Amino acid sequence: MIDFERVTVTYDGASVPTLCDASFSVPEGELCLVVGSTGSGKSTLLGAVNGLVPRFTGGVLAGRVTVAGRDTARFHPRDLADIVGVVAQDPLAGFVTDTVAEELAYCMEQLAVPPSAMRKRVEEIVDVLGLADLRDRALAELSGGQQQRVAIGSVLAAQPSVLVLDEPTSALDPTAAEDVLAAITRLVHDLGLTVLMAEHRLERVVHYADSMLVLDGTGSVTHGPVAAMLADSPVAPPVVELGRLAGWEPLPSSVRDARRRAPELRERLAGRPVPGRGGARRVAHRADRSTGHAALSARGIVVRYGDLVAVAGVDLSLDAGSITALMGRNGSGKSSLLWALQGSGPRDAGAVDVAGADPGLLDPRGARAHVALVPQTPSDLLYLDSVAEECAQADRESGVPAGRTAELLGRLAPGIAPTCHPRDLSEGQKLTLVLAIQIAPSPPVVLLDEPTRGLDYGAKRRLADVLDGLAAQGRSIMIATHDVEFVARVADRVVLVAEGAVVADGPCEDVVVSSPAFAPQVAKILRPDPYLTVDQVAASLEGIGEVR
Amino acid sequence: MTADPIAPPLRGSSSVASTERGTPPERTSSNRASTSHATTWLPRNLHPIAWWIWALGLVVAASRTTNPFLLLAIVAAAGLVVMRRRGTAPWAKAFRWYLLFGVIIVVIRVATRGLLGGGAMGGAHVWFTLPRVPLPRWAAGITLGGPVSGEAVVAAACDGLRLATIIVCIGAANALANPKRALRVLPGALEELGVAVVISITVAPQLVAGVQRVRRARRLRGGADRGFRVLRSITLPVLHDALERSLALAAAMDSRGYGRRSVTSPTTRRLTVALLLGGLAALCVGVFGLLGGGTAPAVTTPAILAGVTCCAAGLWTGSRRVRRTAYAPDPWDVPESLVVLAGVVCAAVFVVAGGSIHGMQFGVATLRWPTLPLVPLVAVALAATPAVTAPRPPVRRVRASDPRGRSGDVAPIGATA
Repeated sequence: MIDFERVTVTYDGASVPTLCDASFSVPEGELCLVVGSTGSGKSTLLGAVNGLVPRFTGGVLAGRVTVAGRDTARFHPRDLADIVGVVAQDPLAGFVTDTVAEELAYCMEQLAVPPSAMRKRVEEIVDVLGLADLRDRALAELSGGQQQRVAIGSVLAAQPSVLVLDEPTSALDPTAAEDVLAAITRLVHDLGLTVLMAEHRLERVVHYADSMLVLDGTGSVTHGPVAAMLADSPVAPPVVELGRLAGWEPLPSSVRDARRRAPELRERLAGRPVPGRGGARRVAHRADRSTGHAALSARGIVVRYGDLVAVAGVDLSLDAGSITALMGRNGSGKSSLLWALQGSGPRDAGAVDVAGADPGLLDPRGARAHVALVPQTPSDLLYLDSVAEECAQADRESGVPAGRTAELLGRLAPGIAPTCHPRDLSEGQKLTLVLAIQIAPSPPVVLLDEPTRGLDYGAKRRLADVLDGLAAQGRSIMIATHDVEFVARVADRVVLVAEGAVVADGPCEDVVVSSPAFAPQVAKILRPDPYLTVDQVAASLEGIGEVR
Repeated sequence: MTADPIAPPLRGSSSVASTERGTPPERTSSNRASTSHATTWLPRNLHPIAWWIWALGLVVAASRTTNPFLLLAIVAAAGLVVMRRRGTAPWAKAFRWYLLFGVIIVVIRVATRGLLGGGAMGGAHVWFTLPRVPLPRWAAGITLGGPVSGEAVVAAACDGLRLATIIVCIGAANALANPKRALRVLPGALEELGVAVVISITVAPQLVAGVQRVRRARRLRGGADRGFRVLRSITLPVLHDALERSLALAAAMDSRGYGRRSVTSPTTRRLTVALLLGGLAALCVGVFGLLGGGTAPAVTTPAILAGVTCCAAGLWTGSRRVRRTAYAPDPWDVPESLVVLAGVVCAAVFVVAGGSIHGMQFGVATLRWPTLPLVPLVAVALAATPAVTAPRPPVRRVRASDPRGRSGDVAPIGATA
């Protein structure tokens, strides 16, 4: 169905091609996962399927891409619209009309589908994707998951035979992501669509996939069945890593597969003490926590936007040297709470105390010396032409000796060239740069809003190490995130919010494991043993080896 | 679903079979045909083109008079219709910004022409005298300061009011008509223009939101410095963002089939190009004649007519290549005709009466109260009738339901013929 013949894509001004001599063929009716770390060319590959690359991105494409026999060199994306449906990462960025029904019909209108057939198909799509009650709603009012389902519905209504999805769930909370993925897989099974999907969080999708395209970062592409590709893929979900660790053959791709193998592993782990997550810091921190030194304490925080109560009276205290995860569905008030705690966002009632001062009453400069916040889109803070200039500017803004920020950055993320333009950095590097800028005045509290968005496994691991290091210095860290596996890796404590109020607050082990939606894969596999991460299992197994 | 007389959603294979025999589509269309008269006056969106013709009629009327009472009457008519017939969409709320813009125009006009440059106007009723600013010789003809006469101020105010009225009329059309639906009537040959308009309509509000977001983020960094630096630190990320969004939207529109062309013969394509180029050339000659005034009217009028005809024909042949259908086409019914009639008749009265009826042009030479001519006033009143004759905008249905809208029962798709 999709055939790449010796495809090489080189962007303008790039010295090395993004895709290099890629040849593969995805047969009809297959769900193929595109896997690779950030910047390895996933989006380029997906864009090349319907000719958006190079027509909308610039650059040169050598070789041949054919979809259902049509060569993308001769056919425009619009002339392939009846065959290929494309769903982008941010659904809101691709919406053309204003309401759900109009958006669902848009593609069909362009394909000149007769009006009677169009109305019927809209009704069907609305039922399949569970959008019936939303038909007249404005697109901007929908939640992220609903928007993504509308985006998928609007291309499906045109009845394409190929569906291309570029990280469709990256902005969604775990439940909404499950919704979208369930809709996609049901469609694949009902209609026999050929699906090409890129996704960072493999643990969500790998068990639905038939085959995988692995991009190793050098531009080369390998295509093969899931089990075979997973064995030596550079990125792998925790279930696969656990399988590799336990030496299971063939590797499990779903929690269900692994759970059937788990009794043997649980037996090997039986009687061993469960090691702490994050190693040495945990031990030091446990002692610290017993002193009960709160870096930040907030009482009765209320944030309202008109009649909408975003945060409804939250009491919170963050211990020095601890990492707290703030979890909850999209729109549950996580971001509003972070901004209110930092002092830059609106706060209608309540008080915050950081080292004897309320950051909400201080000027911006004073507030950031008490609480640092890394917002959801870190690049909003960057506006100069090079990393060095940004660092120098940060030194001046925060009144610290020159070179302090650059030195911090060097410690957090070695190897970023100072002459590099901030826009050219990878998502992970941008995040680290902004983090370095924000912690330059040594604030005791650091807040991060959705830091793992768009990060691959490697970047997440580095971020976890950075956060561990900051916490070990005695800083108190809170991250708002949907990423369960990341929370399992770094967090000591989880605060779960719903509709602006705290519904659960406790040690990571208790909160995360007690909820099926928020449990990490390892916890699901090894239940009732309280393991959360593969590293814990590895440490425990090493312990066994020592005893023997 | 209650409002749309359509077939129930398909469930299971038996209903699929019946679809393929073709019963539900027929029933659907016949139902719609029989109910179309019943829906004429129900709450619905009026055809956007009707609103635009009505508003342009008011613009023509406003451009033909300087009588402040008539101009204010036109503003009142436009405002009344907007208040009564606008929907709840974001663009509908923008009307007050147009009103504010109008006020600013009048103020600037009075300040620059009436007060500062008033000395050049002369006039018998001098209110007070501003110190005259001496200007170098090369600025001869321009005066700053001097005596400020009542005549100059009133003339400037009336002039500004006329421009403000035109702006308010355009704002009324913007508030009443959904710009994206208006775009549908754009000839298919102009699809690139369509992309540009959709992008600007979509990205402009995002630009505003982007400025707010980046300003908020700037405060996180301390944001202590002022002036050009702050401007740069805000505009750069925002513009970068807007550019990326524009590209993403253009790519999304393209990959969803916008501007698809059916295969056409090279002859048709050449014909289209020839017609458009010829038409534009003729139009240029015509406009040059019209503005320059040196060319004989015998050349000007035919040139313009020929140009318009050729361009229309070119657009028509070009548009035949693009095939589109409409999901919920806007019907043209009695209310649409009434709204258009109101605007056109008003414009016609002002154009015809412009020279003949006393009081249309407000003479400031004597600084008297302007008169209020009856016939144009009746025409303006007619222009306000859409406040009653146009159907009410639809109220959006709000249903109590699971906010995530996950429905329990789902049907396989692909049953469509």
